[in-house]
This record gives sequence, structure tokens and C-alpha cells, in this order.
Amino acid sequence: MKSSSNLERVLKKGIFAVTAELGPPKSADGEVIREKAKILMGYADAVNITDCQTAIVRMSSIASAAILLQEGVEPVVQMTCRDRNRISIQSDLLGAAALGAKNLLCLTGDHQKFGNHPEAKGVFDLDSIQLLQMVKDMRDEKKFQCGEEMEVEPRFFLGAAENPFADPFEYRALRLAKKVTAGAGFIQTQIVYNIEKFAKWMEMVCEMGLHKKVYILVGVSPLKSLGMAKYMKNCVPGLDIPGWVIERMEQAGKEKAKEEGIKICIEVIEQVKKIEGVSGVHIMAIEWENAVLEIVEKAGLLPRPKIV
Amino acid sequence: MIVGQQKPFSEIKGMLKGYKKVLIAGCGTCVTVTFGGGRKETTILATSLRIAAHAEKSELEIREDVVPRQCEARFLERLKDNIKWAEAVLSLACGVGVQTLAETYPRIRVLPGLNTSFIGRHFEGGIFQEYCGACGDCILAKTTGICPIVRCAKSLLNGPCGGSQGGKCEVSKDTDCAWQLIYDRLKELNLLDRWEIWPPKDWSTSWHGGPRKLVKEIGEA
Repeated sequence: MKSSSNLERVLKKGIFAVTAELGPPKSADGEVIREKAKILMGYADAVNITDCQTAIVRMSSIASAAILLQEGVEPVVQMTCRDRNRISIQSDLLGAAALGAKNLLCLTGDHQKFGNHPEAKGVFDLDSIQLLQMVKDMRDEKKFQCGEEMEVEPRFFLGAAENPFADPFEYRALRLAKKVTAGAGFIQTQIVYNIEKFAKWMEMVCEMGLHKKVYILVGVSPLKSLGMAKYMKNCVPGLDIPGWVIERMEQAGKEKAKEEGIKICIEVIEQVKKIEGVSGVHIMAIEWENAVLEIVEKAGLLPRPKIV
Repeated sequence: MIVGQQKPFSEIKGMLKGYKKVLIAGCGTCVTVTFGGGRKETTILATSLRIAAHAEKSELEIREDVVPRQCEARFLERLKDNIKWAEAVLSLACGVGVQTLAETYPRIRVLPGLNTSFIGRHFEGGIFQEYCGACGDCILAKTTGICPIVRCAKSLLNGPCGGSQGGKCEVSKDTDCAWQLIYDRLKELNLLDRWEIWPPKDWSTSWHGGPRKLVKEIGEA
């Protein structure tokens, strides 16, 4: 055990893990976090808190994580390389660990061009792999990136993202291997709808033996509407929405769209569960936290284990 | 080459407001090649400003000259008489030229007529693309001659990121993913197995390390 994280314990025990995602508010209102925490409590082993996702300013991941901890929900802090250099990242992570955060997802971050401050200066002092390596060394070697030693190290269960649908496809498993070498203990993938392609990727991952070294949590997301499905297909880089998804959302019509979205999501979970090397799911239902409850319940993933 | 783009005409007119005698100084090196501030651009701008002044019945007088290189003080000597005459100089050189001019003639207002864009390459059809970020620690040996510092939107050293799709960058469909290019080249050269994790870069040699200065011993020929 690299940390005392609940998520790490669940995965180590071989239990199919569930993580969810929480988008912090675009305001200083901590109650929003508390309310969402209450909804998700007992339905996920840990809850990710995005770090200004799509480069839109929101309450910080670490501050939101501290609130989640007060509510008794285990957070997965997300840290991107877009807004902070190595000095700031290390400093923030020491603070996050001191506040009790046990899980950390290391990301490069969406480009600032996509956000609400497109004129901002992007930092990108490090990339996600260098970030992983840096935090791994802080944890395992008690060393800062510069080589200086520290007395009390931040003990994070380290995670990374991977997108099986990005190009070059044949390199995606190799990139995962790099993230594992750099320190990733768990992976949360891009949202999966194209199960065939995902399975092909997992085959490569298993061939390389990576599934024995890292826990892979499959990203899933319920669609709210046909419009959302089309938007994701055409406008979100790195997402692969096959035609059958659009067709089913179309057939469902406006009134039953949400229902169908949840149904598809559950079907995806059931299918990826059977794929060798899959250790859990990461449910992304931002601003629709109630959907998580239904998905987790109907996918037969309740009750969540209580491990102390 | 240093690529420069002329500022919008309205912005240039705004800067020149109130001056009656203006010298437009072009530069004969980089910005000539990159169509920003050579002889042709200097003449066109001077003519446009004269026409505008005439239409607005303002008393703007313009002289123009192009020096071989504005970034070298010795080439600025010949502007002496025109600068004595003028109230302001509009430089069509890169930022180095503007500053050299301002330092050489500290008593006259020197205004930039260009936005210095980047160090780049010219393609057919007037397309320029950034190719070098002058980071001070060249990594092109490892990246098979493709610079991810400026050609990857996130300056990744361990790319490509999850936004690389069909060989294009997520930031713009007109931009090639630098890491896809690097990957293809590594594969072609049979170097994929040497593709290891790249540690954090030392940015102190780039402009993040403060103003840079280079002292060279120049040997005798």
C-alpha cells in the first residue's frame, strides 16, 4: 500500500471499483460541494474533483477535496500542469496531503484555449508523465523534483488518465506503460462508448502485462440528450461516439433521452466488466450526480464495500 | 527567420496621431523575407498613410528609408538626417530593430509598426509557421528534427496527449500534431525503442530564466 486510500484498498482486494466525478462550483459556495457529497456518499469508493476542467475557473480541486473529507467522502484530487509550475504543484500537493487527501490524478490539462480565459498564459512546465514521476519521487524517495529531501512525504495513491481513442492508436498502450513506469497506480480512461476499440486497446495492454501493474478504471458517462451525444461526437476532441449511440438516443426521443442515456451507460459497464484487465469504472456525470446513484444501483455495484 | 506582421492600419494611425513629420524605417533582412517590413511594405504603408492624411486633410509628411539590418547600430547611421527632420520614427523591423533604433537615437520617439510574431519557416502561399522557440537547449536530436516546444500546443516532452486525432492537434484542426510527426519519424528511423520517459526540462536557458546574454570570443580570421 502506497497510501491509506480507500480506493487503493478496494482495488487491492480485487473488488470492482467505482469512482465518480464532481465538478466544483463556479463560485465560492462550499455548500454545493457538501450537497453533492451527500448525494454520492456510499455510491462511490472515491470521488474525483476536477481541476478547472476545460480550463474554466472553478473552486480549486484541493479546497473542494478538503470539504469532501469533512463530509466523509474520499476525494481524488486532480492536478493539471496547465496552471502551475513545479514549485506551485509541489507546494499545493504538500498542502493537499496535509489536509488528508490520499488519491491524486495527474493530468496535463485541457489547453487554456478551450476555457473562459483563453488569453491566459499556459504554464506546462511539466507534462502529465513528468508530474507522475515527480510525485512518485516525493512519495517514495522523499525528494523534491530538485533533489532536496523532505521530512514528511505526501503519500498519494497516484493515478493518470489515458485515452484509448486518441492517435496514434498503436502507441496508446505504450504510453500507458510510460505512465505506469512514471508512477501511476490506477488509470481512469477517457469515456468509452466504442467498446470494440477499447477491447482492442485492452488486449494490447494485457499483452504487455500492464493490467497486472496498474488498475484500470473505465470512464463512462450517461448521455442526457441527443444534442449532447452529437456535440460529444463532433466537437469534443479525443471522444469516440459510435453511430449506434446516436441512433439509440434519436430513437428514444426527447422525453426518454435521459432514461436511454443511463441505460446505455449501464450496458457499457456490463460489457467492459467482462474485459480482461478492467478493475472498475469511473462514472462522469457532471452536474447530474443523481444519475450516478441509478447507474451504480442498476449495474449491480451496490453496496460499496466499507474497508477500514 | 523572424516573422513579423504589420500592425492594423488603424492602430498605426492611432500611434502617429499628433505627429506631422514621420520617418518610416524598414528593415532589409528577416522582415523583408517574411513580407513584414521590407522595401515593398514600407512604400505601401507610406503611401497608404499619405492617402489617408490627404483624405482627412491632415498635414502629415512622411519620409521612408530601408536599412540593411535595424538590429545593428552601424546600419542606422544613414538615418541620421531623416531622424533630425522627423518628430517620430515608425519602425517596421522586429522588436530587436525597434529597440536598437530607440537606443541609437534616444531623443526621438520610436514606434513599432510590426508585431514580431515568431521564429518560423515560410511555406508556399505566404504561410508562415513557428518552428523554433529559442529555448536555449536544443532537443531536436531526440525528437528527430521536430520541435515539440513550439509545435505542440502544450510543449509536451512525453507526447502525444489524448487530444491528438487523425494527426491533428486538438487546439486547431489546421495544426499537425507535433508528436504524431515525431512518432512517425521515430518509427521510420527504427528508433521507437529508444523513446524513453523524458525528465522535466531545464527552462532556465529559455526566457523563463530572465534576460539572456551571450558572450562569445570572436577569434581572428
